[in-house]
Amino acid sequence: MKYLLIILFSLLSFNSAFSEENFNNFLFKNSKLIINSSSKTVGTFLEKINVYDQNTVSRFLNLWKNKKLFYIKETKKIVLISKFDNKTYYAIDIFSNAKIGKMRKKDFKKIKPNSGVRAKISSALVNFQIFSNDTNKRINSINALEKKILPEHLKLLRKAFLLEEDDRLKIKIKKLLQFAILQHGADDNERINVLNELKTNISLEVRAVLSKLLRTSEIKVTKNIEDLNNLNIAQIIKPEVISKKQFGEAIKSFFYKEKLKLSVIDAYKIAQKNGFLDKRVSLNELKLILENNIVDNKILGIDIKEFNKNSKRIEVYNKLAKIKNLNIYRDETELLNDLKQLHFYKVYIEKNKYITNKTKQVLDSINFKVKFYKYLDLFIDGLSLSSIYFLGAIGLAITFGVMRVINMAHGEFIMMGAYTGYVVQLYITNHTLSLIIAFPLAFIITFIAGVIMERLVIKHLYKNPLDTLLATFGISIALQQLAKNIFGTQARPLTSPYWLDGSLIVNDDLSISYIRIAIFVLGVLFFLILLFVMKKTRFGLETRSVTQNPVMASNMGVNPEKINMLTFGFGSGIAGVAGVAIGLFSKVTSELGSEYIVQSFMTVVVGGVGSIWGTLAGASLIGFLQKFIEWFNPSNTLAAQTYMIIFIILFIQFRPKGLIALKGRAANDN
Amino acid sequence: MRLLITILFLCFSSLGFADGHKKPIKIGILHSLSGTMAISETTLKDTMLMLIEQQNKKGGILGRKIEPVVVDPASNWPLFAEKARELLTVQKVDVLFGCWTSVSRKSALPVLEELNGLLFYPVQYEGEESSKNVFYTGASPNQQAIPATDYYLEELDVKKFALLGTDYVYPRTTNKILKQYLIDKGIPESDIFVNYTPFGHSDWSKIVSDVVSLGADGKKVGVISTINGDANIGFYKELAAAGVKADDIPVVAFSVGEEELSGLDTTNLVGHLAAWNYFQSAESDLNSSFIKAWKAKMGNKRVTNDPMEAHVIGFNMYVKAVEKAGTTGVDAVRKAMYGIKVPNLTGGTAEMLPNHHLSKPVLIGEILENGQFDIISQTKEVPGDAWTDHLPESAVLKSDWKSLGCGMYNTKTNTCIQLKSNY
Amino acid sequence: MITDINKSVKKHSLIFLITIFLFTLLITFLSEPFGINFISTSFVKVLGKTLCLCIAAIAMDVVWGYCGILSLGHFAFFGLGGYMIGMWLMYERTSIIVLNSLDGSQLPFTEIELQEAIGNQIFGVVGGTEIPLIWTFADNLYFQIIFVILIPGLLAFIFGWLAFRSRVTGVYLSILTQAMTLALSLYLFQNDSGLRGNNGLSGLQNIPHLENLSQSTISILFLWLSSIGLIFSFVIFNYIIQSKFGSVITAIRDNETRLRFFGYNVEIYKLFIFVITAIITGLAGAIYYPQAGIINPAEIAPIASIYLAVWVAIGGRGKLYGAILGAASVSLLSSWFTGGNAPNIPLGFFTIEWVNWWTVFLGIGFVAITIFSKGGLIGMLNTLLVKIK
Repeated sequence: MKYLLIILFSLLSFNSAFSEENFNNFLFKNSKLIINSSSKTVGTFLEKINVYDQNTVSRFLNLWKNKKLFYIKETKKIVLISKFDNKTYYAIDIFSNAKIGKMRKKDFKKIKPNSGVRAKISSALVNFQIFSNDTNKRINSINALEKKILPEHLKLLRKAFLLEEDDRLKIKIKKLLQFAILQHGADDNERINVLNELKTNISLEVRAVLSKLLRTSEIKVTKNIEDLNNLNIAQIIKPEVISKKQFGEAIKSFFYKEKLKLSVIDAYKIAQKNGFLDKRVSLNELKLILENNIVDNKILGIDIKEFNKNSKRIEVYNKLAKIKNLNIYRDETELLNDLKQLHFYKVYIEKNKYITNKTKQVLDSINFKVKFYKYLDLFIDGLSLSSIYFLGAIGLAITFGVMRVINMAHGEFIMMGAYTGYVVQLYITNHTLSLIIAFPLAFIITFIAGVIMERLVIKHLYKNPLDTLLATFGISIALQQLAKNIFGTQARPLTSPYWLDGSLIVNDDLSISYIRIAIFVLGVLFFLILLFVMKKTRFGLETRSVTQNPVMASNMGVNPEKINMLTFGFGSGIAGVAGVAIGLFSKVTSELGSEYIVQSFMTVVVGGVGSIWGTLAGASLIGFLQKFIEWFNPSNTLAAQTYMIIFIILFIQFRPKGLIALKGRAANDN
Repeated sequence: MRLLITILFLCFSSLGFADGHKKPIKIGILHSLSGTMAISETTLKDTMLMLIEQQNKKGGILGRKIEPVVVDPASNWPLFAEKARELLTVQKVDVLFGCWTSVSRKSALPVLEELNGLLFYPVQYEGEESSKNVFYTGASPNQQAIPATDYYLEELDVKKFALLGTDYVYPRTTNKILKQYLIDKGIPESDIFVNYTPFGHSDWSKIVSDVVSLGADGKKVGVISTINGDANIGFYKELAAAGVKADDIPVVAFSVGEEELSGLDTTNLVGHLAAWNYFQSAESDLNSSFIKAWKAKMGNKRVTNDPMEAHVIGFNMYVKAVEKAGTTGVDAVRKAMYGIKVPNLTGGTAEMLPNHHLSKPVLIGEILENGQFDIISQTKEVPGDAWTDHLPESAVLKSDWKSLGCGMYNTKTNTCIQLKSNY
Repeated sequence: MITDINKSVKKHSLIFLITIFLFTLLITFLSEPFGINFISTSFVKVLGKTLCLCIAAIAMDVVWGYCGILSLGHFAFFGLGGYMIGMWLMYERTSIIVLNSLDGSQLPFTEIELQEAIGNQIFGVVGGTEIPLIWTFADNLYFQIIFVILIPGLLAFIFGWLAFRSRVTGVYLSILTQAMTLALSLYLFQNDSGLRGNNGLSGLQNIPHLENLSQSTISILFLWLSSIGLIFSFVIFNYIIQSKFGSVITAIRDNETRLRFFGYNVEIYKLFIFVITAIITGLAGAIYYPQAGIINPAEIAPIASIYLAVWVAIGGRGKLYGAILGAASVSLLSSWFTGGNAPNIPLGFFTIEWVNWWTVFLGIGFVAITIFSKGGLIGMLNTLLVKIK
């Protein structure tokens, strides 16, 4: 209240009693607080500052917040700095803008408030700016209030709400006013009205404010159950014996999530702190006491060699305790018995039971809606992971799926595509244009690489797929090392164009980054193109004929050698284009491709070799499955991957031909 | 037969030549030049080569030239043991500078302790170790993780913590210490969210959205990231895509420095934090001349980072210690190391403590648009702690090689638990 | 003609066995503790490890070269063998240290206290304190040695039974085996697996109860163990291949369908070969990792198993000594070229640094051998010998 009066006072007093001169002195006196600012100390400083002229102060605070201030090391005077030439700088007075003197770089230092301090400064600036004529300043102060609303802001907000003319700002102020009323309002009816208004709002801010209303105290304890009647009880807690965490934790947490529990030991500590129970003797303390009572290698006449079991130690200790009048040892089940006469509970900090109940109700209904969005979010996550797997595997769908060539260097074609994107960006700085060029260029480069590889290596090995596997593995490690030698081991940036930055925000729980949407679209596009090429074009027809029966095909006038070469090149080219897309959301390194290779093969195999539809099905299955398992076990993506692979291994046992199996002659493998 | 010839050839080639003149001092450099860790470690190899070159221009040590012996353990942990043995027994190096990951150090440790070698280890690590044969010039948790957490608690008023890390030793142990530390500070266990991801993890959307929704109860959320290497790129990209600003949910990273940021578009990371003992932006004459020399050697685009400074300090200390001891004998040098002081690049001095750790200042920096850090907090020199005070089983342990002659000394029972380390 | 080849194979095998024996003897005489100190301990270790890799390579050769199953997951068994023996090595060494340090306390320690102290020492580095259930038998060497055989065998049995039963063959099986080793390595990468996650088990070169022996002596002991292991597995596999059983196996490789028509239960034969090679590979791993000093999940990443296949292909598949030649030459050359010992080749405009270029040449080498010499190095040698004759 005092604070508020001071603000009002300073608002009314035009530039009066306290001149700049005074403020300057004040700053000089407090320069230490400004130079070595900490969010703990800055609060008191900001309170004192309110008595000075508001324009001067707000100008100063803005400079401070934006890291524009410097100080002279010798005198600790706070100044602005402007550059004179390479070696010398001018120090400039903050208020008069007069040049104070020339300095060298080592004479002064920048003042760097940390983000905690900056937040406090912004909050203090609210008082000066919320009624400002400048809309931007008002927006700034509203934004600062969004971070934290103090009790004294309530009145300020009420007034601002009445005065504000800008419609969009008014909505924002209304929202903040609602929050302020909920948290700091004195009238319970008004608060209940606000609660009703917020029922349909599922934003994170609203949930944050509502949760604040439901804050609870520490765990308390009482002997008398009647004590609880007058309190706004949040929860009554029963202590339990909690076994130590052991092996298999990963699997356990896979099935259920842990709830808040109160262990017997902790409960006993609380009870003891509140004076309800005697101090407990722990096993360690017991051991110390025993050790202090050793006489001639014996305790109470028993040889210490026998003390290698806890049961023996406890037995003797309890005897000793009776003699020496100490607390006897009690194990966890006995402790649990002791605790039965006590009641452990938590109370809401909010005193009004009706408000907490109402809040809970509102929060529950909000959470129900939120859950829906969470599932939707999970679904979209699965979709986006599937499209990534699909992109990784799509080239393989042709080279492996259609031609049955095991190309271990497939991952390296993806990598080549990504590096192509990077190199193009080095020369063309417009990211949109560079992408437009990179996609076809990556196709051409990897197409050529694929054709060369087919001519030089794979052509000789069509009869033996296992040999192809080894030869292409050789190519894979050679290409990987070559990329390292050329581009270095550092990850290279492949920056997406600005319009792919950020995300499509539906609400606080559902946002999809544009890049993921783009990858999904790209995946669909690839799928359609591939389907078109394979089913509707002459090339696709010939490819299928060659892979199904090369002898017959060549009798019909198809040149199998040429078709094999082109098909392999086509598959490699597609991998290259996928590489550009993958590089956009992950990092471009020489190992980029090898991360996708095993997964890609599994995608194709699970889906069913020989069918592009199969690859799509495989990618969807793997992508959704992985997200689904991760959802069970949020803290362990590794476990999710392990379980997923085990699932795939089992899956193939039961459907060796994959999800979508070809029928008839085309299904004949080898 | 061909096998035999190869083997004999190998033996001869590894014999080396004896020199009639003053024998050079051999420094073994044990950093991966290929494989996943090459990204970070190649830079350290280059740093060492530059330092050795500079020292040789000054006339070497004790009038003897320094000769670097570079090997490539190829990010393959068992190879660290193999190469360390080769350096110590075949190449007969006087000292080793190397390793990055804790696993690689743990792999080389038994060899070092068996053959009484000397290793300078330049990377921030999880602590809980003090080997007679290793000098730890990087930060231990109390020189990086704990001050950063304090900064969160005191300056940013963070109430909920997300401890995200790559699944290996350093994050595991650091997070264990931090969790206990936070609980001691009164943060309830339910407000601490811990997550581990594999090396090179790239799909961060779920984890980032989990972190964002932690803020649903209105408490300020802070992320403490021990995510290693490449995985950071995807993580920060996803953060930016989720619209998480440093003001809402700050991220403090212990493994992200100038080098890692140079592969990233940093516009969206501005304001996020990192804690180190060194930043390139530190203002001191020593630092500017170091940066100048580095850029002159490696190109203008290259940056400097904390482990490089650790090697600079370690190397300078080694030079001083050899000059003090008058020999390169491991035991003599080790004794001479205690209490040696050399200037930090950030101003102030680093001192080698009897527990084989350094006293160094802790710096916290905010990421700037140009990929550099704006230092917003710098402490006095903090002595490195081998055994943390925040875990009950380690709190009783102490390391003092100078007076107690033990790296794992139980102060409760006054016994030395072991002279070698846990591997 | 056929008997001729068989004879020459037998002759070659005998020559081979004697060579291995003499070679080990030679190394012993050149070594530091038992000889003239010509060869460094680190090199003896490299040789010992190479011999273990050779064992894995001949197992791979039997399963692939003779039986036609290209398993890209055999290194998983190698790693499992290493883990099993590593558990004992770590536990025993730690318990000796802990027992010594607890000696000073006044009261005798309880079993629980001992377990806690050991757990803290072993798992402290990965943020844990308790000994997981799978370490129950880690204090007993005999149990762990049984596990070295049992665990890889069991995994191979379950996997093989599932795969062969549903007639997964050829390329599919290769990909499936690769998925198996990937799943296993991902599983072990987790801390919760109870085997120290990414850190793995380390300090294995310090053999408990042999603290008084120097590493140079231990390295010779293991060299002998490795070479005995190699000879032993060579004899076993040779016996299997030469028997009638062996002919069936080869027939499976050449035409599985026809053999099925003859009434052979092909699955049983395949399963037997898969399991026995897995067990031998596991044993090789158990000898390898105490020499390497550390085992961690990265060791059993899919690429390791692919390399195993590549060694066999380079050496010459379908010939046991071919596999050995391949494994030995490639792994020794790799170690030499990445060790910084190989001189750089200046080409004037460009200097070839072996550290950077070795893998490139290695990769091209694979390609060349698969295309031009189906028989691998041994094939080339044989052709040469025939020409000379």
